[in-house]
Amino acid sequence: MEKKPTFYDVIRQRGISRRDFLKFCALTATYMGLGPDGVGLVANAMQTKPRIPVLWLHGLECTCCSESFLRSGHPLATDIVMSMISLDYDDTIMAAAGDQAESIISDIIRDYRGAYILAVEGNIPLANDGMACIVGGRPFKAQFDEAAKHAKAIVAWGTCASSGCVQAAKPNPTQATPVYKLVEHVPVINVPGCPPIAEVMTGVISYILTYDRIPELDNQLRPKMFYSQRVHDKCYRRAHFDAGQFVESWDDAGARQGWCLYKLGCRGPTTYNACSSIGWNENTSFPIKSGHGCIGCSEEGFWDRGPFYERLPGMQQWGVESNADKVAMVGAAALGAAVSVQLGATLVQRIFFKRKNEEQNTKEDEE
Amino acid sequence: MGLVTTPNGFTLDNSGKRIAVDPVTRIEGHLRIEVNVDSSNVIRNAVSVGTMWRGLEPILQGRDPRDAWSFVQRICGVCTGVHALASVRAVEDALAIKIPANANTIRNIMHLTLYVQDHLVHFYHLHALDWVDVVSALSASPKATSELQQAISPWPNASTGYFKDVQDRVAKLVGSGQLGPFRNGYWGHPAYKLPPEANLMAVAHYIEALNFQREIVKIQAVFGGKNPHPMWLVGGVPSAINMHGSGAIGAINVERINLVAEIAERAHTFISQVYIPDLLAIASFYKDWFKHGGGLSSKNLLSYGEFPTKANDDSNSSLRIPRGAILNGDLTRLHEVDLRDAAQIQESVPHSWYKYGNGKDGLHPWDGETELDFRLGGNTRKTGDKIEAFDENEKYSYVKAPRWKGHAMEVGPLARMVIAYAAGDKRVKELVDSTLSKLELPLTALFSTLGRTAARGLECLWAAEQLRDEIAKLQVTIKSGDETTANTDKWTPASWPKETKGVGYCEAPRGALGHWIRIKDEKIQNYQCVVPTTWNASPRDVQGNIGAYEAALLGVPMANPTKPLEILRVIHSFDPCLACATHVIGPDGGELTVAQVL
Repeated sequence: MEKKPTFYDVIRQRGISRRDFLKFCALTATYMGLGPDGVGLVANAMQTKPRIPVLWLHGLECTCCSESFLRSGHPLATDIVMSMISLDYDDTIMAAAGDQAESIISDIIRDYRGAYILAVEGNIPLANDGMACIVGGRPFKAQFDEAAKHAKAIVAWGTCASSGCVQAAKPNPTQATPVYKLVEHVPVINVPGCPPIAEVMTGVISYILTYDRIPELDNQLRPKMFYSQRVHDKCYRRAHFDAGQFVESWDDAGARQGWCLYKLGCRGPTTYNACSSIGWNENTSFPIKSGHGCIGCSEEGFWDRGPFYERLPGMQQWGVESNADKVAMVGAAALGAAVSVQLGATLVQRIFFKRKNEEQNTKEDEE
Repeated sequence: MGLVTTPNGFTLDNSGKRIAVDPVTRIEGHLRIEVNVDSSNVIRNAVSVGTMWRGLEPILQGRDPRDAWSFVQRICGVCTGVHALASVRAVEDALAIKIPANANTIRNIMHLTLYVQDHLVHFYHLHALDWVDVVSALSASPKATSELQQAISPWPNASTGYFKDVQDRVAKLVGSGQLGPFRNGYWGHPAYKLPPEANLMAVAHYIEALNFQREIVKIQAVFGGKNPHPMWLVGGVPSAINMHGSGAIGAINVERINLVAEIAERAHTFISQVYIPDLLAIASFYKDWFKHGGGLSSKNLLSYGEFPTKANDDSNSSLRIPRGAILNGDLTRLHEVDLRDAAQIQESVPHSWYKYGNGKDGLHPWDGETELDFRLGGNTRKTGDKIEAFDENEKYSYVKAPRWKGHAMEVGPLARMVIAYAAGDKRVKELVDSTLSKLELPLTALFSTLGRTAARGLECLWAAEQLRDEIAKLQVTIKSGDETTANTDKWTPASWPKETKGVGYCEAPRGALGHWIRIKDEKIQNYQCVVPTTWNASPRDVQGNIGAYEAALLGVPMANPTKPLEILRVIHSFDPCLACATHVIGPDGGELTVAQVL
């Protein structure tokens, strides 16, 4: 394979100064929580890595994940698509259609076996021989299986691909099935949310490019850097929860003062996502900030945990005067979960690198 | 089949060479188009196949009606919010809930924001590559491009150096051999007519528009917390207003409104200085496309109306876009449209993968039913497990065939602009007439592929103007002392009637959208949607009438049938959204008595 230009080559060619490039790397590093050494790591990665091919397939979905991805402010989606990766197949934006589009998948599998990333938006319907989603005259499952088999890693965008989402809500008429249930021997990264936050999506991609490895994952295959705390933990209305100040009814005095939405059904206390820390649309807002409770859209099976305006059952409430022992017990339980999560992530990493070595060996054999 | 004339006046001939485009890309969802071309490569038969369904309606049954908006919003993440809006309106209609003036205004602001962003993204990112040859941009003179830009617009990104940078960026991409989304495009196709400089200018704006669109939707994030898929509320909007009191941070206040107003100004500037000049420049090189692809548009157009200026008033005196129908191209007569009338909107399924009980056909959505009937016609051609050609004489699509008083209708920006024009809307008339006069085209040129594309651009500018109006209106109401955003009188299910039904209208960016709901014992008994792409992508109906896509493709000449650029032009001019269009079935294909669509 001839040497492909790196991200650095490409942006230098665009007239971006080295100084600006390093600024970008510093931002990215800070954003990933890499600390002062991170700038060098990111800069090095961007200067030496060729653009990795990405196939972005669409199953049963609503395209909100693609739309969210395009909202990314850092990095910009245009920079990712034109300079950081090679987005060779994505039916939402690609120029080619029909046969010209479909032939790209087989070409990429042939030229980059084991070296491309498969991104999947939506899920795979299994009912009726998979004919609820037909692409190129065949069930979507056939296209998915071929692309998945030879991928380096699979990114499952959104709650659809991660755990099923709305079409998999009861009674799941199409037998919509998430990606990880249909894949063996290829690491899967779940990036849930309906949709996921734009900068979480581009952050996951940047991380893979920068480190040439997948981020640390929890036991639900979610990147820990974005999904290990509850929306509740970083919510700016948390002080009102702790003080026992709740919105009782829409547009009441509490609502106008930004009090806690727990009593109107907010799922923040049970939802693991970065909404309250990273925010949406470049931190313009997030649902709770705009006055509506969280519906828990990044949690598996959240659609079947309604009605959404009924307060969460079994939620421990404590004000500032509350029993500290109870708080400590909740903490201990969370620690236990974190330990098992670490085990899962290590296992996935091992599979990923094992596979990488195998691919390399195969390639050398072929040469 | 040979030659067939449809009841709605189109001649079909499937004897020529068959071509399939699957997937049709740069759309939302999964769509397949098949055509037959004659010996001169002119399209003589067209078949529109919706190739996905997700089954949302049985999922909705038995759930809390106040939750419905969040489920149906997930029908589509591109035209995000339209189903949520139709849904809260349907529930409010069923429960006789009146929303406050501010809630109406904020909903209008959110919906207009979507129009502006969605139309812009459609033009540059879903449609432009049908007209713009990216590779040709490499041979442009940056200096001449700069002159072209300055001649058509005061937009500041117009220097020679700027266009040189863009050109270098594209050159690097192409030179790398990794073209990404431009890989296998139809570059060099004889149907591309723009000079290299116009191509380079359009590529620069492709990138600028992609970067800018994310700014526009921040307006939705202010009021709804996020985009895509902002938050809505039955009875009003979730965002409270607090302009004066303590705790004003955490609600809509002067800082939030300033943010919204500033974004709206920038959006208006971008649309008027980039989108509209580009649209006119590109269109002037493709005037023959004001003749191709008209289809149903010169005959039957439908709009449900949108943007009530007065809360809870959906009469035409309140709506910024009128409700109405045009039949047989008679612009002097606007027919009244009633979403509640069982004789008006009906759906037909003989060519869709569903069946109705008792041999019925043409059911109104309140009484609709859907039972899966997935089977391929006898003339389906397959190679192994791959379907090469569907059989349009039998069932061939997951999209149903909706009809208004038995007529196949076209919906969307063109329908809205023409209906508003026919209704005498002053601003719309100005926009349409001045555009046609600049391009030296007659009114009838609107009924075409580029007419559709031009109508969308003009509507985008119109929406950016209305957006400024609605933001001003919000400030006026607040100034008068009214900060109410929600009506909670009937929030508690115990206050609801035991059994009720409602309908929610909406003009989505892609056209007329209706949701019909039945509520019984505080739960959803039945939920139905008839969506814009169901109208436009419709297969044949029981009478054999063809739908808007199929009609628009007829007579279109192709330069090279193996490179279907012309098919993409026609279909993209409708801005298809297939996740919206396709219907549901029950588990294991079993019967679901009153469910349908999605």
